[in-house]
Amino acid sequence: MNKDASTPVLRFDKVSVAFDDAVALQDVSFEVSHGGSRIILGAAGSGKTTLLKASLGLVRPQSGRVFLFGHDISRMREEELFGLRSQVGMLFQESALFDSLTVAENVAYPLLNQRAIQCPADQVLPKVKEALRFVELEQTLEKFPSELSGGMRRRAAIARAIVTEPPLLLYDSPTAGLDPITATTIIALIVKERDLASTTTLMVTHRYQDGHLLANYHYSPANGGLQPARGVNEPVPGRTKFLVLEEGRLVFEGSQSELEASTDPYVAKFVKRTG
Amino acid sequence: MLDFLKGPVLATQDFVTLTGSAIRNLFRRPHYADDIYRQMDIIGWGSLPIVLLTGFFTGAVMALQMSRALAQYGQVAKTGQVVSIVLVRELGPVLTSLLVAGRNSSGIASELGSMKVTEQIDAMRALGTDPIQKLVTPRMAATAVVLPLLTIISDFVGMFGGFIIGYFLLHLTPGQYWSSTWRALEYSDVTQGLLKPFAFAFIVSLVGCHYGLRTTGGTQGVGHATTQAVVAASVSILILDFFLAKIFVSGVAGG
Repeated sequence: MNKDASTPVLRFDKVSVAFDDAVALQDVSFEVSHGGSRIILGAAGSGKTTLLKASLGLVRPQSGRVFLFGHDISRMREEELFGLRSQVGMLFQESALFDSLTVAENVAYPLLNQRAIQCPADQVLPKVKEALRFVELEQTLEKFPSELSGGMRRRAAIARAIVTEPPLLLYDSPTAGLDPITATTIIALIVKERDLASTTTLMVTHRYQDGHLLANYHYSPANGGLQPARGVNEPVPGRTKFLVLEEGRLVFEGSQSELEASTDPYVAKFVKRTG
Repeated sequence: MLDFLKGPVLATQDFVTLTGSAIRNLFRRPHYADDIYRQMDIIGWGSLPIVLLTGFFTGAVMALQMSRALAQYGQVAKTGQVVSIVLVRELGPVLTSLLVAGRNSSGIASELGSMKVTEQIDAMRALGTDPIQKLVTPRMAATAVVLPLLTIISDFVGMFGGFIIGYFLLHLTPGQYWSSTWRALEYSDVTQGLLKPFAFAFIVSLVGCHYGLRTTGGTQGVGHATTQAVVAASVSILILDFFLAKIFVSGVAGG
């Protein structure tokens, strides 16, 4: 469904979203091309989650247009969207695993229910196991989400998001509410997925160090961990950008060095927090 | 003034849209047969004990009360007749539906409400499933099948409760009681006795789903949605019952 390599994977064109009288997004425009990463920072209630949901058509803009793989999804009917959504994986803030299903059933859900994905029945279990192995959770196949810790739930949800090998992945606060060690493990998984499957990544976070890891580190298959990208494989300039949202408006878009140099007091707040 | 009306009007619009989509989905693929069976089990089999208990005691208490009034005219033998007409036409359908509303509208609202606040509904949409198709239509179909069945069981158990009173306290013979019960009923009684729970089934299931899917504001919101669902479903059942009774009574009077 990718029109061609030069078409941005995702493009927002002056998108505004409001719920009742509250403005969630106002005139937001940006684009991300294949293989690029966007780290979205902002205070609580600044519209970060709405931005991710609008990318999938879960929330419709009142004005402006959203292009997903070159298709204008702002006016598409829900049924038409299902095909496009099968190419996007999303990690929700609180994991949003179906709590009446086991971990294996949760991960198998997109394979069995995405109509655009024709997964042969005998391929479902191997793919589920592979996705769970990727997040190092093979031993939890038959467990229910309520039996897992917060970090494990987040990993199972990542497995569910990547099992269909989507070219675009959206992560909503993947480290929220996790201890620093687990948080780093989750970011390492996101970097690993980005580097091994060369996916386009949008990550909402309120932790600057998450963005720092995503922008400056690479997954190293040799030691199975993260390695600083400098000198090894310098990221293409512009591949990773930071966006900062303030009360629904996009107040900053640029590289990490531009972000660190910003004199805007609101933008600077997100940089300083790392210490 | 207009702002005051905006909420209820939007809620009504949402409810009508939900009803339309849920019914339209009955004729569209994919069909989630497993979910329908599971809901039939939860709503039907799960409600059976309370339906049996309340049905039995409703019939028994009615026989007890009516026999006193009938005794004034020396017509205690007609107790079965009164019990069966009132049960089949009114109390069976309405009480069963109210009980199932109390048990399942709340259950549906809290389940869907929890899914809504934990973003499971959004996740479902993101993973290529229409939540109305997957969650609402199976609950509606299952309730529409099991509520009339539960009503039949409740009616029968109620008559049996009446019989226990008739036999042991009023000293009616089984023949007297059951033949007057049986003969009292006409086709129109049975028709309205089954049409009502069928209609109420849509209220029980769709009101629960409607409030569940509109839940906002965390666990407190779930509690709020649950309460609202039970209240709205119960009141709607009683109001709809009045209008259905009016239609049937004028129909019979006219015919």
